[in-house]
Amino acid sequence: MFPKWFDKWNRENPTNIYGPAVIIGVIGAAVFTATMLVAWGQPFATNSMQTGPRGTGMSVPEFKADLATPDPAIELLLEDPPFPPEPGEELAGDIYENVQVLGDLTDGNFNRLMAAMTRWVAPDEGCAYCHGDGGLETYGEDNLYTKVVARRMIQMTQNINENWDAHVNANKQVGVTCMTCHRGQNVPSDIWFKMGNVNEAMSGWSANQNRATSQSQSTSLPSDALEKYLLDGEIIGVHDLESRVAGVPGENGYPGIQQAERTYSLMNYVSNSLGVNCLFCHNSRAFYDGSQVTPQWATESLGIQMVLELNNDYLVPLKDEYPPERLGPVHQDAPKAACKTCHKGYQQPLQGTNVIKDWPELATTGAPEYGD
Amino acid sequence: MAEYQNIFTQVQVQGTPEWGMDDTGGRLSEERAGKPFFSTLVGWLGNAQIGPVNLGMLGVVSLLSGFLWFFIVGINMLAQVGWSIPEFLRQGFWLALEPPGPEHGLSIPPLDEGGWYIISSFFLLVAVMAWWARSYQLAASHKMGKHVFWAFGSAIWLFLVLGLFRPVLMGSWSEAVPYGIFPHLDWTTAFSIRYGNLYYNPFHCLSIVFLYGSVLLFAMHGATILAVTRFGGDRELEQIVDRGTASERAALFWRWTMGFNATMEGIHRWAWWFAVLTPITGGIGILLTGTVVDNWFIWAQEHNFAPMYDGSYGYEAYGSYEAFIGQED
Repeated sequence: MFPKWFDKWNRENPTNIYGPAVIIGVIGAAVFTATMLVAWGQPFATNSMQTGPRGTGMSVPEFKADLATPDPAIELLLEDPPFPPEPGEELAGDIYENVQVLGDLTDGNFNRLMAAMTRWVAPDEGCAYCHGDGGLETYGEDNLYTKVVARRMIQMTQNINENWDAHVNANKQVGVTCMTCHRGQNVPSDIWFKMGNVNEAMSGWSANQNRATSQSQSTSLPSDALEKYLLDGEIIGVHDLESRVAGVPGENGYPGIQQAERTYSLMNYVSNSLGVNCLFCHNSRAFYDGSQVTPQWATESLGIQMVLELNNDYLVPLKDEYPPERLGPVHQDAPKAACKTCHKGYQQPLQGTNVIKDWPELATTGAPEYGD
Repeated sequence: MAEYQNIFTQVQVQGTPEWGMDDTGGRLSEERAGKPFFSTLVGWLGNAQIGPVNLGMLGVVSLLSGFLWFFIVGINMLAQVGWSIPEFLRQGFWLALEPPGPEHGLSIPPLDEGGWYIISSFFLLVAVMAWWARSYQLAASHKMGKHVFWAFGSAIWLFLVLGLFRPVLMGSWSEAVPYGIFPHLDWTTAFSIRYGNLYYNPFHCLSIVFLYGSVLLFAMHGATILAVTRFGGDRELEQIVDRGTASERAALFWRWTMGFNATMEGIHRWAWWFAVLTPITGGIGILLTGTVVDNWFIWAQEHNFAPMYDGSYGYEAYGSYEAFIGQED
């Protein structure tokens, strides 16, 4: 292939070309990479939100690309301001039959809210999803489970906005409406059911863990954390608060390593639900220490109490109203809520968009306040 | 090019298999099993000759017992996924054989609540201890020192602390470590968090020092010997008693670099002690956790080596969520 003189010269002058080639290749690649980084910038640039004192490394990082993209669900929210009621205007409770909640609303605001609820929960099925196909004269009937559940959910929403103000309006007015969870779907995403034992042929602590499930968030941690802490109301406690204690872990209320793992499972679920890490609420060197937690920790603790109340007072008692296909696949239990049902991966649901400002009807359990 | 600048062994000896000595009156020869052969691939990493093996009675006991442990764990995992091989493979890293719950204390629980764990742990104990005894027996039959035996013993110390001594002192098998890939890592994290952050346990600190120290010493020693191989430095034992130019150069290199150098013999004592002290100190730290100290962070504050942040955290200066997501007005 090559001229003879070339092959001859090569034979007579053996030279190691691999060493220099490797060196030039490595240096060349490094220079190229450095040039590209300087010219184009870090391809996976991040921003961090500081959550604790300097030097502790407490921060929540996010990709800049993700931060630049708002929650797509925000676009689905529509401006829908209330109609200021005229003095002496007739109220929905007097106009319509069987109005057990929202009876204090004027006709205009009542129908405005009904239309909005259709957008939020049943945009495809329309009014018939709750009221049936019988025409306007049958709208007072309670024949469909959807209507019974919807009424209770209105009460739940009012309760959250009024009595859990410190959680849902912790930083500013945000509030919740049906949309916060439903996002245009009949059944909200990220609800949960009891899982029970996830392992066959085992019982006790051998049965409830070591499987990649939605509730273990694909870890091998226990899959019953939501059930124990957000339904049964078990105390979330992992540590001894003195350097030495008399008790035996796992007995007489002293937590064992098993409780630590179950709590870890819950905390991991909370982190994923909010799109944050441990340091959003804790100083990780002493997770339990109340003097080292962040303000978010208090908001979050209220959230846990709120979810306990929602599940036990509102969602579980509706079990007998639901048709079988709405119940849990394992234990036929009612669908339940937790952090992710509202937050859906964001620090604040819908990134802190004020969803309640147009809906004074949902902001209180009493008669709505429309201001001046 | 220089042969020593290679990650693989450059000199392979392959010829008539070497059977080793037998100065015990034929007993060792009888117990040697397997027809020796050569592997060039293995020769790149170590001695090219494979076998024969002197398994002995202890080796047989150890292997049998070890396999029993292995299969009890594996079959329990298989039972957990309903005997489905695809699920077993899919969830393999998640599955585990868990120790009993705390309600069982030190009693033998039902098989499906940790009973299998206790039984399998017994076989694992037999397997490890038999292998340990074997490392003594073989060293004795070669009239060697028992350094390997004691070094293995230090690892067994940590193993026994985790699975036997500490659970017994705590009065509960539930303190033991589960047998599973991810689950034992979960246990490690949960153990640290449960007892108030193990990083504030001074024996954990020491163990880390010796672990990282072992890595550093291993790299320094390996590099030094390879670097003086061209002067005969790889004949380390010879250099101990008959110091040649290789030792001189290696010693000078380190003395000029940092003012101090080990010796051809001493470096091996450094390495042995660093390695052995890693599990010894680690085991002490584990043994003290939950028995003597229940919250290491608070313990560290009481002993003045965990700093406190006094005064305000200054949250108001950190910037808002709205600014973070770029929605600040």
